[in-house]
Amino acid sequence: MSELTGYRFSKTHEWVRLQDDGEALVGITDHAQAQLGDVIFLELPAVGASLEAGSRLGAVESVKAASDLYSPLSGEVTAVNAAAASAPEVVNQDPYEGGWLIRVRLSGEVPQELMDSDAYEAYAEADQH
Amino acid sequence: MSDLEVPLGATHRRLGARMVPFAGYMMPLQYTSIRDEHDAVRHRAGLFDVSHMGEVSVSGPGAQDYLQHLITNDVSKLTAGRALYSVMCHEDGGIVDDLLVYRDQEGYMCVINAARHDADLDWMRGQLPSSGVELLDQSAETCLLALQGPLALEILEPLVEGGKLSDLRYYHHRPGTVAGIEVRLSRTGYTGEDGFELYGPASRAEELWTSIQQRGGQYGLVPAGLGARDTLRLEAGLRLYGQDIDDQIDPITAGLGWVVKPGKGDFIGRETLLSIAEAPTRAFVGLQLGPRQIARPHHEIFDGGEQVGVVTSGSFGFTVETGIAMGYVDLAAAVLGREFQIRIRRDPEQSAAATVVPLPFYRRPIG
Repeated sequence: MSELTGYRFSKTHEWVRLQDDGEALVGITDHAQAQLGDVIFLELPAVGASLEAGSRLGAVESVKAASDLYSPLSGEVTAVNAAAASAPEVVNQDPYEGGWLIRVRLSGEVPQELMDSDAYEAYAEADQH
Repeated sequence: MSDLEVPLGATHRRLGARMVPFAGYMMPLQYTSIRDEHDAVRHRAGLFDVSHMGEVSVSGPGAQDYLQHLITNDVSKLTAGRALYSVMCHEDGGIVDDLLVYRDQEGYMCVINAARHDADLDWMRGQLPSSGVELLDQSAETCLLALQGPLALEILEPLVEGGKLSDLRYYHHRPGTVAGIEVRLSRTGYTGEDGFELYGPASRAEELWTSIQQRGGQYGLVPAGLGARDTLRLEAGLRLYGQDIDDQIDPITAGLGWVVKPGKGDFIGRETLLSIAEAPTRAFVGLQLGPRQIARPHHEIFDGGEQVGVVTSGSFGFTVETGIAMGYVDLAAAVLGREFQIRIRRDPEQSAAATVVPLPFYRRPIG
């Protein structure tokens, strides 16, 4: 997972990537999309919504289950991925790039407890068993 | 107990399948995506390995009488070369399993659900007369591949030696040789599409799979997993044992009254089923939801403030492009066009509107 430098991960399987302008993209991990199976639709917050780290930000509904999404950081939603909302299979096909969900203007630092890719890989591996 | 390997386990892994435990076996859930595999079966063809299913041969001079007593459908009408869908019930009408019965010149073969294999065999053995009928469990040495989709005939035809495959009608079967392997060819399936099921020796499952896959490549045939099998069968309105039917449900209530033939004489559960048919209390219905609403098994169905039923199967219908579900509602509520609220979220305010619609949700185009 060396290509995932710059990404940080939550225990609830969301990822965060800081952009050049200081805003952050948020999505779900490859592990999460694989566990969920085919994503049917996304319930995402509106632009302007304020998020608190650890609070529910929306949901992913897949063929298998409906799963809540939790915000990995605090801030304000500045954009929602309309392409993913209308064709959510991109979340399965390209979870780390085209399948991003929301863009957030942080109200503080990226939380310390978010994992780097090595730590997350170990965590996700353990989660599978 | 650790999960058993189907004969093609290594093949599925090599094809990149996501393997999941199902009915005691490690089975392919999906190879690429459920949606892609579902679409391939509807428009081209898909190849399923369902070798986990159980096969039990029933032979001997008493075989027909035994099956007439065991299952609810009428075996006397089943001539060699035909297949029959049925259920077998307990005395109280609860369904032991649903099954397919094939008639050969020599006897019968019952195809049962993998999850019910042990329970079925116990039940079937318990109903044996003292002599004249022999049961033989052939599940372990039999592989079952299902080639399903509008191009299934075109793909399979040139691989079959002896006899035109197009002459094999729906719910008929015959022995045949596919790629040099002796199989039972059956024009049946669990997807709502035209297609074939091939029963062959487990030892040659790999050759059978590979020859069909190679031939089908140019037609856009893809390997398809249990995930697509589930969304396909749901659109086709087909019941799944363990979800839509079980030993707490009788076939009348399950909308399977067409496989119950009380006119044929006595059979297990006949009296109970006759009295249930006189005064059923619930009915099995199809429910259509919105395109962004998915009901799941056990979700409660409400009519205003009153619960009238429960969902047994639900998913997104990739072909019908909306949320669909099946389940049981009180008989008085089982009216086409009635609208209910399904509690798809903990919050009752977020219930999904669902309309009672006829089953199946999807019917394949004729011709």
